Formats: sequence, C-alpha cells, structure tokens
Amino acid sequence: MSDTMPTYIGRSVVRREDDRLIQGAGTFVGDMKLEGMLHVAIVRSQLPHAKINAMDMRAARNVEGVELALCGADLKEELPPISGMQVAAPKTWRDGMDPRIEIPDQTLVPHDKLRYVGEPYALVVAKDRYIAEDAAELVEGDFEILPSIANAEAAAKDGAALVHDHLPGNIAASLHAKTGDGEAALDSAPHRLKKRFFHHRYAAMPMECRGVVAEYDSRTDSVTVWSSTQIVHWVRREVANALDMPEERVRVVAPDVGGGFGGKGHVYPEDILIAYLAKRLGRPVKWLEDRHEHLLNAAHSRDNLFEIEVGYDDDGRISVIKNNFLVDSGAYSPVGAAIAGNSIAHFMGPYDIPHYEADCKIMMTNRTPNAPYRGAGRPEVAFAMERSIDLVANELGHDPAEVRFRNMIQPDQMPFAVGLPYRDGVMIEYDSGDYPEALRKALNGVGGLDAFRKRQKEALADGRYLGLGLGCYVEGTGIGPFEGATVKIDPSGKVMVATGACPQGQGHETAFAQVAADIWKVPIEDVVVTLADTSHVTMGYGTIASRSAVTASGAIQDSSDKVKEKVFAIAANVLEASESDLELRDGSIGVKGVPEMSMTLKEVARAALPGWIHQRPEGIEAGLEGTAYYEPPTVTWAYAANAAVVEIDTATGEIKIENYVEVHDAGTLINPGIADGQVKGGLVQGIGGGLFEELSYDEHGQLMTGSFMDYLLPTASDVPPINVIHSETPSPRNAFGFKGLGEGGAIAPPVVIANAVCDALKPFGAEINSTPVRAEEILDIIEGGAAAVS
Amino acid sequence: MTASRKITLTLNGESVSGEAPARMLLVDYLRDVLDKTGTHVGCEHGVCGACTVIVDGFAARSCLMFAAQADGAEVRTVEGLADQDGLHPLQKLFSEHRALQCGFCTPGMLMTAIDLVESSESLNEEEIRVGMSAALCRCTGYEGIINAVKAYAEQVHGKPPENRGGNV
Repeated sequence: MSDTMPTYIGRSVVRREDDRLIQGAGTFVGDMKLEGMLHVAIVRSQLPHAKINAMDMRAARNVEGVELALCGADLKEELPPISGMQVAAPKTWRDGMDPRIEIPDQTLVPHDKLRYVGEPYALVVAKDRYIAEDAAELVEGDFEILPSIANAEAAAKDGAALVHDHLPGNIAASLHAKTGDGEAALDSAPHRLKKRFFHHRYAAMPMECRGVVAEYDSRTDSVTVWSSTQIVHWVRREVANALDMPEERVRVVAPDVGGGFGGKGHVYPEDILIAYLAKRLGRPVKWLEDRHEHLLNAAHSRDNLFEIEVGYDDDGRISVIKNNFLVDSGAYSPVGAAIAGNSIAHFMGPYDIPHYEADCKIMMTNRTPNAPYRGAGRPEVAFAMERSIDLVANELGHDPAEVRFRNMIQPDQMPFAVGLPYRDGVMIEYDSGDYPEALRKALNGVGGLDAFRKRQKEALADGRYLGLGLGCYVEGTGIGPFEGATVKIDPSGKVMVATGACPQGQGHETAFAQVAADIWKVPIEDVVVTLADTSHVTMGYGTIASRSAVTASGAIQDSSDKVKEKVFAIAANVLEASESDLELRDGSIGVKGVPEMSMTLKEVARAALPGWIHQRPEGIEAGLEGTAYYEPPTVTWAYAANAAVVEIDTATGEIKIENYVEVHDAGTLINPGIADGQVKGGLVQGIGGGLFEELSYDEHGQLMTGSFMDYLLPTASDVPPINVIHSETPSPRNAFGFKGLGEGGAIAPPVVIANAVCDALKPFGAEINSTPVRAEEILDIIEGGAAAVS
Repeated sequence: MTASRKITLTLNGESVSGEAPARMLLVDYLRDVLDKTGTHVGCEHGVCGACTVIVDGFAARSCLMFAAQADGAEVRTVEGLADQDGLHPLQKLFSEHRALQCGFCTPGMLMTAIDLVESSESLNEEEIRVGMSAALCRCTGYEGIINAVKAYAEQVHGKPPENRGGNV
C-alpha cells in the first residue's frame, strides 16, 4: 500500500446507503409497482391442529376483481414441498453428532391437515389487495379439530398426538455429542448441581414484514423474483426446483430489505408460491405480509428447555456439564438441525471444561416453525451456562465474577481445542482472544467489582436492591460453506464488485466498498458494489450467521487476485516493465519508485478488451473479470463479556437497568461505526427478549400475541445507557483478521438481566431460571422470600 | 365502500388529487395512488410509527386514517424534507449519527422527530426518548436516533437538551 493512499478498512466511512434511505427513496419490495400487477391475500389457519375435510372456494372466486383463488388441493399436483433440509450438514459433523435427522418437508399449502395457527391453506389473487382480502374472508373450510401439541414437553409425552404421522414421539431429530467422560466426571465431582432452564420463544421482528413480487417473461421463459430475503441464491434454487426450471432462468433479487436478523434467512412457501402464480397467470404478482401474518407465520425462535447437570469443586472449577435439551421447533424446522447444532457447540462458551455431554431432541409441536434468529441457539445455551455459573458461585459463597475467572480459558491456551465438531464438520478450535481481559474490562465498565459490591451493600442498608449481572459467550462466525464474488474492472476504470451477500441494514455496500478499495488501492468512490442479485454472481450463499464480513471479503479478495494477475501482466506488457516491479497505487498501476511510469485501471481495462486494439501479452485472455468462491477453513471466534447493573423497585417489580456494558471482540473491524451499531442494535434486541418480547401460546397451541399491542418491542425510552467497548484481536484464519459480528449483541442480555435480578434479590433467595424476566415474577419472589424470612 | 371519490390534498406544498375508495387508508393513498412510497407500512395497527406523516401540523399514523379524512388537509411526508438547497438538517444528522441501518423505519422516525422538536420550545433527553417512543426501530437500539434528534433540537431551540439522569 502506498503511503499517500488512505486505508479504508478501520475507518467509520459514512454509509453510501444512507442518502437514498433518509429521503424515503429506497426501494423495498412493497414499493414495487409493475404494469398489470395482481395482489395476493393468503388465508391462514386459526386452528393449531386440524384435518381439512373440504374446502369451498366458490364465493371467493365469485368476487368481482378476483383472478384466481386456490386451496391446497388445487396445488397438490402442481408444486412439490420445500425440503426440510435447506441447509445440508457435512458428513464429518454428522459423524461427530451421531444424529437421527428426519426433518419433515413442508407442503407449501396443505390440503390434508393444518399444523399451526398461521399456516396457509388458501390464497386469493385479485386486482388489488383490498379485494383480495375481501375474497379471502369468503373462503370456506370444513375442519376437524385434532388434539394439539402445545409445547415440547407435551410433544414428548407417551401417547401424545402426532404432528406428523411419520414421526413417532414427535421427534424430528436427535443429536448427541461428547468430549471427555461426563458420567465418570460427574461421579467424581465434589459438588453437583442439577437444574432446569427455559429460554422462551420470541422472534426477529424486522420492521419490514416479508414480501415477494414476481414477474414471468414468456419470451425467455424466465421468472424474476424480488423477495425481502437474506438468501437470494437459496430462493433461486427452491423456485427453480419447484417450477422445474433451470436456475439460470430464475433471477432473484432482494432490493432494500427492512431488517432480517435471521427471520428472513430461509426460503418460505410464499417465495415459491408467488413465483408460481406469476408464471401461471403471466402477470406480475405481489404479496406483502401484514404484521399479524408476520407474528403468526414468520419464523419464531428460541424456545428451548434444558436439564443441566454440573460437576464442580470447592473453588467453583467446573469439571463437567451434561446438557440435555428439547427444542420446541413448532410444526417444521426450516433450517433443520442448525440451531440445535449451534446450541451444542456453544454451550461451554469461554470456559475450559474438560468433560461435556449433550443430548438434544428437536420436537415437533403445533406452533409456528422455529428458525434461526440473531444468536441462533447461542442465547439459549448462554442462558443455561451463565445461570449455572452464578448458581455454582452462590452454592459456594464465591463471587460469580471470580468463578468465571477461575474457569476461563487463558490467552496462553489459544488456540483452544474444545473437542467437539462445529456445524461445518471441523473440530472446534477457538482462534484468538483474551477472555479474562474482556471480563475485567466489562467489570471496570460498571465501576469495578469491589466498588460495586460496596455500593450494593450500602444501598441494601438503605433498603435499595442493586444487582450485578454478568454474561460471557463465544460465537463461531463467518461459517461456510462458501460465498461467491465477481470482480470486474469496467472499461470506465471502476472496480465492480458483486457478492452473494444480502444486506438488511448492515451497510454492506459501504463495508465491501471499503474492503475492495483497499484491495485495489483505489478511491472508494471508484468501487461499485452490487449485492443480493443472483444475476450478478453465479453462486452465492447469503447473509446469515454473522458470516458476510468474513466470507464475502474472502471472496472479493480471491476474485480480485485472479483479476490482478491479468492487470499486472497487461500493465507489464504496456509499460515494458517486469511484473515484479509494478504496484497498485491510487487507481493506477505503475513502476515502483517511478511515479511517471504508470497507467490507470481504466487504461488497463481498455488494453484488456478483446479485439483488434488490445495490448495483452501472449497467453492472457481478454477482459478483466474474475469470480471466486471463498470456502473458509472453518469459523472465526468472536467473543464478549457483558456486565450490567440493575436496580429493582420492590413496590412495582420494575427492573431498571442502570448501565449495560459489553466488551466485544470481532477481530479487525471494517467500519467501527457500523460495527458499533450492529452490536448495540443486537443488545437492545436481547434486552427486549429478556424483558418484554414473548410469543405466548395458550395450552391448546393458540397464539396469544398476534399484534404489537401484545408483542412488545423495546422503545427508545426502554433502552438503558449502553457502553460497547470493542477489542480487535485479529483472527488468524483470514487475510484481513476479520471475525463476524451481526448476532453477538443479542446473545447475552437475557441471562445478564436474570443474573443481575437474582443478585439484587439475593436477600429474598431469588432464583430465576427462565425468560423473560417479568415484574410479576419479581413481586412473587419478593413476597415469597419476605414471607420465608419473616 | 368500494365506490371511489376524488381526494385533494396539499402534499409537501403542492396540491395533488386522485381517486380513492372510501375505505382506502391514507398510507395506501399516498403510496399506491400518489406513488409516494417513502412512507412505509410496518404494522397497520398504529403501533410501529413507520407510516407517520404530518397532517395539518400534527404527526399522524397514516395507517389509522382514511384517505378521505385527509381531503383538504396539508400533508408532509419524507419526500418533502429535502429541498433545492439539499437535505433537511435532520436527514443529515440521521446519517452523521448513524441513526439508521435498514432505513425502513427512518421516514416515520424523521416525521415523528420533526413534529416533536418543532412543536415544542425546549426538550430534555427524557422528553425526546418518550416522544420518539412513538416509533419503533428494530436495528439501531435508538442511540443514533436519540443523538440525532438531540442535535436537531439544539439547532431548533438554540440550546442543547439536558441529558438524562443516572449514574452514567
């Protein structure tokens, strides 16, 4: 890199996305209007579990303005189900997990039975949405109510009704993993703890609901789908499969996407249905999910029940954990066993625990399908692990902070082999970082441990209840299998970058422009970034799992390397210099130390053109274009330590978070301002999940939280002072030192809050082992504890 | 209910008109009839604030109003914020303070903030937080939004808003 050129990586460059978005000039799926476009309303089940005896679509079809009204029986022969395995697991992972996986395929529109409230069973296509909804109300069904399975424990009972007839015991998958010898270690442990922990169900809840527009072109027999999705290439694959078309004849674009957080991270039935309707009708078709539909039908997440056994010694050193858990996956599991795989792999977090056994069952219930949401299996296990540590500390009378330090992996143990396979099939090895230092910084961030304990004691003497909650985690990020990128030097001299990454607010257009500008040593204005469009990069994977910074950057680097070979060869030919004497500088390539001997990338691009005027040396093919598929060796390991101070109002049960600190390490940061926003946004989602947000079902499987009046998102006045301290320990696993960071913030807050509340209410013997933490529960503790004391 | 009527309103200073069925929501009229898609729809039940516009000087949920109710009204939307001199000061502050990520809630946030700041003579941070709680953002955690609105309040009121209390 030349001294005169700025390095963009590491700078909080202003986002290039902002200009259109602050003017309301972005294009979201809902903003699209195509000539002759029709609108779809979907009819959804109000019953948790029911047999469909008959459907009567006549009244709906007779409404003026209705083009088409279909039920499951009409589509049965037309469209195959979506595979239950949208994510394939590598053999090495399967060998390590000893899984039995029978994830059911999902019929797009069922014709025989309904398995959750919100499941589609009919649809209406009309000239506008108002008419479509009028007609949808006239769809008649004859349903026979079946016994319902309201939760995972009910699903596991002997004689329980079956959600899927071919899955005995309602088990869609079971996974096992171990390192060391858990039984023997438990037998020999001086102390043991056995607890149940429950992490409740909540969801991504982006401000833009899902939506799909599709258009069919009869000339080329091709379909274009615009979907509010995080994974355009998966949508292309599933649409092409369902419509029996070559993938090249299906183009999928995610325009501006109004948040995703995992909730838009897999293919939904509507992605395929709308494409099908556009082809069948020969007209553009639009479906926009409304918020009620979103709450009912967009994937839910979390909802795990743990039975944990911990063996430990007098110092609080944990030697063994047995982790036995049920995942309430609802009626389907669109991303297979991925969440549970994450849960198994992440349980031990930053701690050095020699013996571990995990046993997981993914249960089918009459709830909305469960799919990854920000954290994806990690918040759940962080809750169980970090509560366990506090309980161990309490049993022994040690400070929870001290017990954490005693169990933590030390920096000189890096890289640290955990003894379990990751989801990519590679044995887990934490790559870099200083976990104890992160916890020290977090404690300092709330004023220091000793100072807090003193303040807590003084407050208690005044009848005030302050508590300190801690929570640490590690996060495998930047997972494969791959990401694709195509890099071209345009005849204009601009560096054109396209990748399979699909942003939903992460600022990818800016961040990847920074990466490419540094790779090419060009002003950032000369980088043009195209994302989330299958027509620009042949194979791609998408933006899920805190992966794009690592994987898309790797693909941009590798594809750039291919193009650079040609740039150097052509420039050497034109400048009559040796390739080894050349360097990239400020949008040009020139002879090192000879400023006047150089040519711009625009000139190189022209010299590279095919045809009569080219200046390529012998053997160099025309064009400056390269495509590469980056396959990361395995994941990079981000980590964090959290500390929060709360005060409990004992009259109302209100939890006031006085200060929340997260020390977060995601390796080298591309754009610290964007990274900070990612972590803080995640933290507030975690606080929402810890305190307010809950997808609540009654005992029959009826969803009780179908609007924003019932499902409470955090508002500006709910947010406590938050301080995020970024450490940047580079990952040794990629050229940039990047680790991923999209999800991290959301992992710890529920357990940090629970730990802090228990710490504050220690005088009442508080033990909160489930989420969310609610005022009424706190009042019960205070009343119950006070009674016990008196 | 489906018979259309002509709705005329002043949109960002210009008189516009179009046909709307009696039951059409104001937000659908703005987006589908007038093609002003900057105003977004996030919940259609008046909670999220993404559809907030300013009607006759007051912030309003355009998903809770019929288009017919806005006949003859003055309506301000995000499309009217920037003028020939460039972006509105609050739009610039939103970018500077990283008050947006996906940008879906942003138009409603901007209109909420403009109503909040311009209809008061002074605001402290707590009042800004409570006022901005009228609109939901799922991406940012609100820090950038609050900082941008504080900076705008300082510009409009000529004094910085008092920070919220607490030990931090």
